[in-house]
Amino acid sequence: MMPDFLAAWLDQNDIFNAMTIMEYWDGAVTTVQLVFVSLIIGLVCAVPLAILRTVKNPFVSGPIWLYTYLFRGTPLLIQLYIIYYGVAQIPGIQETFWWEIFREPFYPALLAFALNTCAYTTEIIRGAIISTPHGEIEAAKAYGMNWFMRMRRIVLPSAARRAVQAYSNEVIFMLHSSAIASVVTIVDLTGAARNIYSRFYAPFDAFIFVALCYMVLTFILVFAFRKLENHLLRHQRPVGS
Amino acid sequence: MFDLKGYGPALLNGAVVTIELAFLSLALALTLGLIGAAAKLSNNRIAVGIATSYTTLIRGVPDLVMMLLFYYGGQVGVNMLSDYIWETYEVDFFFQFDPFISGVATIGLIFGAYMTETFRGAFLAVETGQIEAARAYGFSSWHTFRRVMVPQMLRHALPGIGNNWQVLLKTTALVSIIGLTDMVRVAEEAAKAERMPFHFFIPVACVYLALTAGSELFIKWLDKRANVGVIQENG
Repeated sequence: MMPDFLAAWLDQNDIFNAMTIMEYWDGAVTTVQLVFVSLIIGLVCAVPLAILRTVKNPFVSGPIWLYTYLFRGTPLLIQLYIIYYGVAQIPGIQETFWWEIFREPFYPALLAFALNTCAYTTEIIRGAIISTPHGEIEAAKAYGMNWFMRMRRIVLPSAARRAVQAYSNEVIFMLHSSAIASVVTIVDLTGAARNIYSRFYAPFDAFIFVALCYMVLTFILVFAFRKLENHLLRHQRPVGS
Repeated sequence: MFDLKGYGPALLNGAVVTIELAFLSLALALTLGLIGAAAKLSNNRIAVGIATSYTTLIRGVPDLVMMLLFYYGGQVGVNMLSDYIWETYEVDFFFQFDPFISGVATIGLIFGAYMTETFRGAFLAVETGQIEAARAYGFSSWHTFRRVMVPQMLRHALPGIGNNWQVLLKTTALVSIIGLTDMVRVAEEAAKAERMPFHFFIPVACVYLALTAGSELFIKWLDKRANVGVIQENG
């Protein structure tokens, strides 16, 4: 039934008990929360930013370009450190209610992740918007649609189809980047693995298990995005399949 | 100029470490990528299987987890190996697994997987007529690979290599977590000691920005050179 080495290993296993499994589970919940919430915030902010980024006026598109350039050109770890260590330095913050929120490491990390993913997502959506076939816009204009209606009915839906592939990569990238939350004392999946490693001095058990957890999460995401892509691009499927 | 409270030289050394790390990992990644792509496109089912599981595995695991596994696990692994060698052959063998080596190994291994995909796509973009012509001239398959495939695929691979390099540069910041004194590590220690996070992290962020902006220009120039003699569609 079971290979001998696996049976032997399970027999002398004293690392994976109910306690440690629960630690990993709590870590997984934190990771998923952190990634999911920052992705939602990032996406919601990225859509208007991407639209404004395509505006011709340099006073509108310039600052957004600068924002995406700065956040895409520096490591997320530095952004996290600046926000995590930086918020406590803002004069007077310790008297306001914001301090109650930002004292926990979770919220500075969430802010850093959301800002970072928003910058990448803005560029992805912008790329999709500017590659809208010109004929589609002309047709919409010929139908007398105003700018807002053109955006909502023509440009954004077709841009979404072109962006979904790149965005799925960004989501997976974000899941993997979220591992650095563990350096600011957040006990996410990686944080749980580091705690268990230092308790048992068992690097292989602690980290290989957590790598498998991330892999499962990644493949769930890949699968979900593949489904979504098939759904969005169903009009391009060859006839009869 | 603002004053770095005496951390200036340490930060500079850290920047050198970052750049060394980035270039060594790039060399490893390019090598692994070339091998991986050749394996993926070969007719050998075992080679295809190994290369495919390599790229899938790497894409599923965060870089930091991999780095921690290599750093903490690497030393335990080396110790086990040296114990074994001592017991069986009575040869004293020891090897210190330092953060620099684990950083290069991890980053090289991770980006090797991404480079594999880049090179695979680039090899597939080489026209089959070129390969057939090489065969017709009696080139062996190694010769075809070396003289026809590699020079022609580089043009297609360049944009992908450029993107991977930009991500790789930013990933090098992670080695500060396993204790290598790169510039991020120095800045973190300085920021904690002096309680001035902006003062130390912003210059480091600027160094990264300069590196990414500089490499962007360089890649653009390389791309232009590689495409000399290719008629652009929207030229």
